[in-house]
Amino acid sequence: MSTQNPNLTYNYKVVRQFAIMTVVWGIVGMALGVLIAAQLVWPSLNLDLPWTHFGRLRPLHTNAVIFGFGGSALFATSYYVVQRTCQARLISDKLAAFTFWGWTAIIVAAAITLPMGYTSTKEYAELEWPIDIAIAIVWVTYAVVFFGTITKRSTPHIYVANWFYGGFILTIAVLHIGNNMALPVSAFKSYSAYAGVTDAMMQWWYGHNAVGFFLTAGFLGMMYYFVPKQAGRPVYSYRLSIVHFWALIATYVWAGGHHLHYSALPDWAQTASMVMSLILLAPSWGGMINGMMTLSGAWHKLRTDPILRFLVVSLSFYGMSTFEGPMMSIKTVNALSHNTDWTIGHVHSGALGWVAMISIGAIYHLIPKVWGLKEMYSTSLINVHFWLATVGTVLYIVAMWVNGIMQGLMWRAVNDDGTLTYSFVESLEASYPGYFVRFLGGVIFLSGMLFMAYNVYMTVRQKDAVAQDNAAIQAA
Amino acid sequence: MSTFWSIWVTVIVLGTVFGCWWLLLATRKSQVSDSETERTTGHSFDGIEEYDNPLPKWWFYLYVATCIFALGYLALYPGLGNFKGLLGWTAVNQWEAEVASADEKYGEIYAQYGQTPVIELAKDEDALKIGQRLFANNCAVCHGSAARGQVGFPNLTDDDWLWGGTPDAILETLRNGRMGNMPAKGVMPNMNAAQVDQVVNHVLSFSGREKDAAAAEAGEAVFAQACAACHGADGKGMQALGAPNLTDNIWLYGSNYEWIKETVLHGRQNEMPAQSGRLSSDQIQILAAYVYSLSN
Repeated sequence: MSTQNPNLTYNYKVVRQFAIMTVVWGIVGMALGVLIAAQLVWPSLNLDLPWTHFGRLRPLHTNAVIFGFGGSALFATSYYVVQRTCQARLISDKLAAFTFWGWTAIIVAAAITLPMGYTSTKEYAELEWPIDIAIAIVWVTYAVVFFGTITKRSTPHIYVANWFYGGFILTIAVLHIGNNMALPVSAFKSYSAYAGVTDAMMQWWYGHNAVGFFLTAGFLGMMYYFVPKQAGRPVYSYRLSIVHFWALIATYVWAGGHHLHYSALPDWAQTASMVMSLILLAPSWGGMINGMMTLSGAWHKLRTDPILRFLVVSLSFYGMSTFEGPMMSIKTVNALSHNTDWTIGHVHSGALGWVAMISIGAIYHLIPKVWGLKEMYSTSLINVHFWLATVGTVLYIVAMWVNGIMQGLMWRAVNDDGTLTYSFVESLEASYPGYFVRFLGGVIFLSGMLFMAYNVYMTVRQKDAVAQDNAAIQAA
Repeated sequence: MSTFWSIWVTVIVLGTVFGCWWLLLATRKSQVSDSETERTTGHSFDGIEEYDNPLPKWWFYLYVATCIFALGYLALYPGLGNFKGLLGWTAVNQWEAEVASADEKYGEIYAQYGQTPVIELAKDEDALKIGQRLFANNCAVCHGSAARGQVGFPNLTDDDWLWGGTPDAILETLRNGRMGNMPAKGVMPNMNAAQVDQVVNHVLSFSGREKDAAAAEAGEAVFAQACAACHGADGKGMQALGAPNLTDNIWLYGSNYEWIKETVLHGRQNEMPAQSGRLSSDQIQILAAYVYSLSN
């Protein structure tokens, strides 16, 4: 197919590669999640080995699902979407290939170094400095490919999905480089360039925007392409997308301080982060509304199209967790929820309900297209996956809500003499049923991913499946 | 913070809030219609069109409401640089107020116990119940919920005391903490491998468990030189230094040959953190009575 004029074709090879790795890292990352959830129920599963200990596998779980699974999904869909909505091929096949191999090597490096105990100890930024530098290089290359492609678009405007992808790529570069500034002392050990509360603030400025930009803005980009495309309907409101895009990116960067309520962080920074987190409610819901309302006139398609179900349910979870987030940022609520399992439940209603579900929907939409097929091997297996994912997510978050609120209440319960009613270990004991239900929810969600892997495998193995490296540009 | 940074913070906080507000109003003002239409923007991207629908009203008012709440909150609480907020609230004074109200509510209960001598208090059922609760939340993490200790953390229910079991000694331990320090090879840094084996056997012989009687006997001289200064020539320890009694077969760091050899070779550091500053002196009095009651 190399004889085709590159100016008239899309680069689908890199899209296919990232799409497959989305499924692979999804299974790896979620299996690790199930393992560490099991360790909390049955501590002997730590195996008394340093590299299988919860403390080392938990960061590997978060890195594998956020950057392996989520990252691959973002690369795959952004490369797919930017080409199709700009009607332009990626500016460089070589640079695109570099981002694929570079990114994949980084996740592999994480899977090796984290169990060995190499960590910078910053949450979601645990990887040590040589890997951080590699991330920065790959990420800048990604930005060059993405924005380069936008500059040579043949459409007069830039589609809204690309605003979100673009905002996500730029901000993540700034966040990653800013938070990981460190002084190396050896090949695998470095110390943060910031000290004390400044370090904590930098960390949560990064940490909350890993959620706000990596796990939200990027996936809103995904939403703005795959929801209208799969529903076959125009986007509900262009106006709404303008307001909620700018408001979302302007306020999200403020919100990190709400992780440090009632800490040594100066009061003004705590207050400012709290009010910005509350203002964030409407811009977040703007995205949900725009997705949901796009379906008006196409609701009947939900009966037959499980891919659309994934997309719609992901938007519901998005709306729910972006309501919960501002509530939890209120100081009084935070005083109850902080350090409890509620936070973990909140994160997973976003991670499983929103990020994973919309990625899964998008990948089911895209896989047949980049293999030159009409549809996935089995629609009913997508449906099975949909129900497993939904039930798994609900079990997970309900278990953590119950645990979190119970822990918060137990920790603050006081006897008539002013002593605490419960010791810490009593609240831990009371959490066991919730930990088991969480484990069960994780197993169910993971089993859905195995159905997906089978379905994808059978799809690309079909007789008439042709792995597309180049596909003719479609006129709008 | 300096005036410059105070102004900087104020400007960017208010700028973000008002900027979002302006964007909202400007976008709404240019709306062609207040109700949904089939009008699109006229663009198509890979077949995707965009309606030019108005901002949903309820969403618009939700947004306005959060902005108004934010401005009100920023007026009442510190958020704009050095501006303290109209309520004068700080995280520290909220904490202080809570402590003061707890003191007022519970202070009397504790005050009566604080005046009672430890030995008498250790017979008061109600005081011991409070003591048990204080212990569960402040001490159990190291000493265990049954106070039986674990490796490196002493058992408080037996009659063996590192620093003394009198009420005054227990109070001192609780108030100011203790630093236990056994130097590697005692005070005989040039102890050789054979001497280590001998002294370990000698220590074991105090409880009649030596592996090698000859070595244990040879170890007496090594012990006298390296260990006796703190543990005493008879190995009965010295509470003034926190040096454990080695003859009672109660062990802080394990009792077999390998464990003791480890202790001799590398020493041990141990810390009981000071509680005054964390707990009131009345609470410490009750805790001392509780700990005293465990072995008396």
